[in-house]
Amino acid sequence: MLDRQILEKIKAIVGDDNVATSTQDLICYGYDATQMEFLPDAVVHPGCSDEVASLVKLANQEGFPVFPRGAGSGFTGGALPKGGGIVLVTTRMNKVVRIDTDNLIAEVEPGVVTETFQIEVEKLGLFYPPDPASLKFSTLGGNVAECAGGPRAVKYGVTKDFVMGLEVVLPTGEIIRTGGETVKGVVGYDLTKLMCGSEGTLGIITSIILRLLPYPDAKKTMLAVFDSIDGAARAVSTIIKGKIIPTTLEFLDHATLVCVERRFKLGLPEEGRAVLLIEVDGDRDLIEKQAGQIRELIEPLGVVQFRVAQTAAESDELWRVRRLVSPSLRDVNPDKFNEDIVVPRSKVPDVIRKIEAIQNRYDIPIVNFGHAGDGNIHVNIMVDRSKEGQEEKAHLAIKEVFQAALDLGGTMSGEHGVGLSKQPFLPLELNTAQIAAMRAIKRALDPKNIMNPGKMLPLE
Amino acid sequence: MSTTQKQDAMKRIEAELKKCVKCGACRAHCPAFTAFQREPAVARGKVALAQHILKGNITLDNETYSAMSKCLLCGSCVDKCPNDVPTDEIVIAAREALAKQRGLTTFHKAVGQVIKNRKVMNMGAFAGAILGPLFFRKVPATSGLRARFPLPFVGAARHFPQIAKKPFMDRHPEIIHGEPGKPRVLFFVGCMTNFVYTEIGEAALALFRHLGCTVIIPKGQQCCGLPAMSGGDLDTVRQLAEENLKALEAHEADYIMTGCATCGGALHKLYPQVVGKRNPELAARLKAVADKTVDAAVLLQKLGLKPEETGAADPLKVTYHDPCHHRTAGIAKQPRALLKGTSGVELVEMEGADKCCGLGGTFNVYHYESSMKINAGKSAAIRATGADAVVTGCPGCIMQLSDGLKQAGDATKVLHTLQILARKIAKEK
Repeated sequence: MLDRQILEKIKAIVGDDNVATSTQDLICYGYDATQMEFLPDAVVHPGCSDEVASLVKLANQEGFPVFPRGAGSGFTGGALPKGGGIVLVTTRMNKVVRIDTDNLIAEVEPGVVTETFQIEVEKLGLFYPPDPASLKFSTLGGNVAECAGGPRAVKYGVTKDFVMGLEVVLPTGEIIRTGGETVKGVVGYDLTKLMCGSEGTLGIITSIILRLLPYPDAKKTMLAVFDSIDGAARAVSTIIKGKIIPTTLEFLDHATLVCVERRFKLGLPEEGRAVLLIEVDGDRDLIEKQAGQIRELIEPLGVVQFRVAQTAAESDELWRVRRLVSPSLRDVNPDKFNEDIVVPRSKVPDVIRKIEAIQNRYDIPIVNFGHAGDGNIHVNIMVDRSKEGQEEKAHLAIKEVFQAALDLGGTMSGEHGVGLSKQPFLPLELNTAQIAAMRAIKRALDPKNIMNPGKMLPLE
Repeated sequence: MSTTQKQDAMKRIEAELKKCVKCGACRAHCPAFTAFQREPAVARGKVALAQHILKGNITLDNETYSAMSKCLLCGSCVDKCPNDVPTDEIVIAAREALAKQRGLTTFHKAVGQVIKNRKVMNMGAFAGAILGPLFFRKVPATSGLRARFPLPFVGAARHFPQIAKKPFMDRHPEIIHGEPGKPRVLFFVGCMTNFVYTEIGEAALALFRHLGCTVIIPKGQQCCGLPAMSGGDLDTVRQLAEENLKALEAHEADYIMTGCATCGGALHKLYPQVVGKRNPELAARLKAVADKTVDAAVLLQKLGLKPEETGAADPLKVTYHDPCHHRTAGIAKQPRALLKGTSGVELVEMEGADKCCGLGGTFNVYHYESSMKINAGKSAAIRATGADAVVTGCPGCIMQLSDGLKQAGDATKVLHTLQILARKIAKEK
């Protein structure tokens, strides 16, 4: 618990209006998208990096934990204040500081909502590709801290591929800048990459320099339904082997297809075993040619339905198939555990088959969809928490799903991070030496262990 | 009153609360969150608080009241929620529980007393029309009024509309006969149209008479009750729903027509949802009324109004604002289609046309500054279109949009769709 004196010091830094301690406020900053809940002792809304630095220095002096938080939309509990302390919310720091059209970079504060930023740069004909499903409400700071991905990752990469430099308040309260505004730069360790995906355990991001691209001339969306999961997976590798890198290669398995179709009647054939949503972008003539090539390449692989959008509205219609996945899942069971494993692209059918076996063994429905282009599958274990034993079963199944991904040369998280929910499973993927190296970094930067403590690395 | 009774309202929404997975999607669409930038102001936060009220971790105290008051009941979170969480219902239930526990605020008590009785409202309107000029001064170059003296609850800069000298319903007989064989339309007038913007009522009347309809303006109709619901006074809502039911059932008609999106929302959605669910005896009757209720613009289109015959030729560039109670009822294309077809009218779209104007019933009274912060975005979007007038289908929105534009020193007119459609026939009259 924070005593009154400490609270007064916090208020002196950020102002009374920016500190909340009522139970109601604490409740509202104690959850995220995981269904877990921990109450902080106070919620603090700093307005600039100096205030953040002062808060962190105070936390070191007084020994209270600091939990950085953006929109609180994470799937692994990365921003949850387990153990109490202050939740440090970045939403007030929400300015797009500058967009530099000469050098195609932008400087933003961490609380800027991802889509807001995209709209700003698009007005100038520029493009910021990372597009997590939460882009309408998640913040760029959160995206960097968790290294968010999205459907366009297959062509453009993930958040870290667009972060050129950062301003970070270290866990001891010093403000540092990492990276910079130049494409090249090899002086010292790459702290920028270290901070990307560090889940708020190594510092608080207070400013971000992002790389921008020219906005693609045009895009073309296609949807293909296959009679087998192998057909769909082979389509992915065939397209890429054919030297076409689509912007997006989204995948729905049979269970997902049935879910979406039964609820929303989008005209998908229920006998289809897998769906691929394919999008290419770039020069108008080139994408027309590529769309034709893609069709030729994949048609022999068991395509039972192929649609190409001719207009933006038709493209939207095809995207609906993918967007309506989440809302339709509740028809299977009311609660879900959403895991985001990754396997090498060619191993997608193998992992799906392994997951099917796990589903049968535990007798709980598992629905799979995701980013086939980069092998990142969202494995949704659907349970009814009100039924006895289902949650326990789900946890056992989750462990086996992770093991299946690892056995195929994959990883247990592509874009959600570790946080609290995957922390117990970390030793499945990382060995003792790897974990020790990470712990050494954490200790060196955060000697008093005040920065998002108890997250990511397994407890000692 | 026992704790169980106080919690009744909350119990009713217990199952709905479980649907929320706290994904945060509501943050992208909530106007209250835009204004306050704090999690208790957004749907997800309110759902969490409601869950904790039921668990007994928090009480119906000032902090809970404060959070629950920060909602405009615009329904945008409901529209966009991937899990169909009915946060509007949840907030209404929480406000009811709060009102039962703490008693109504003085303001909401007064609101309930006034809207419960049209006679009182008539007197108030009479007094307002006569005494208004004493308390308010006309602002040059605008048609609004500005308070001479500081008033509780409201900022000094705020503009008020003038109250009509004679309410709309007092000007017309109960039944205005049309041509035989043509539809019989019940007109649910609504308080704003009856007492303030009577010209909207006149426009509606002119248009439906133009189509040969018989228009019935039931004498017994009352306020729809939405202002009371905004404060959690569900008893008043129920009482008004029953009285309106009686008044509307007293006449044979094909349609119940309303020119106010809010009244339409009350009859069409909220009566069945809020009153019907708790009173099965009334449910079937409320549903019958709901099924007959139709927005004036939608009905005009359905009855085949040819706007090119009714519109005036004076060129007018307009932009259209979607009232929340239209958006949630799926009314958007019909008024636009009519406006586009009206001769001399050019329709230009504004950015965020379907975003809330910031009124939100009594939200505008308790959170005036935030309400105007939300409205500022709207005013800017309207101005960016360069339109001569912003057109909408809700007198409440008209009041809010006028206040915002006038405070920004903007001369853009604010009109009801029906006023545009009736320009020519009104002139001919």
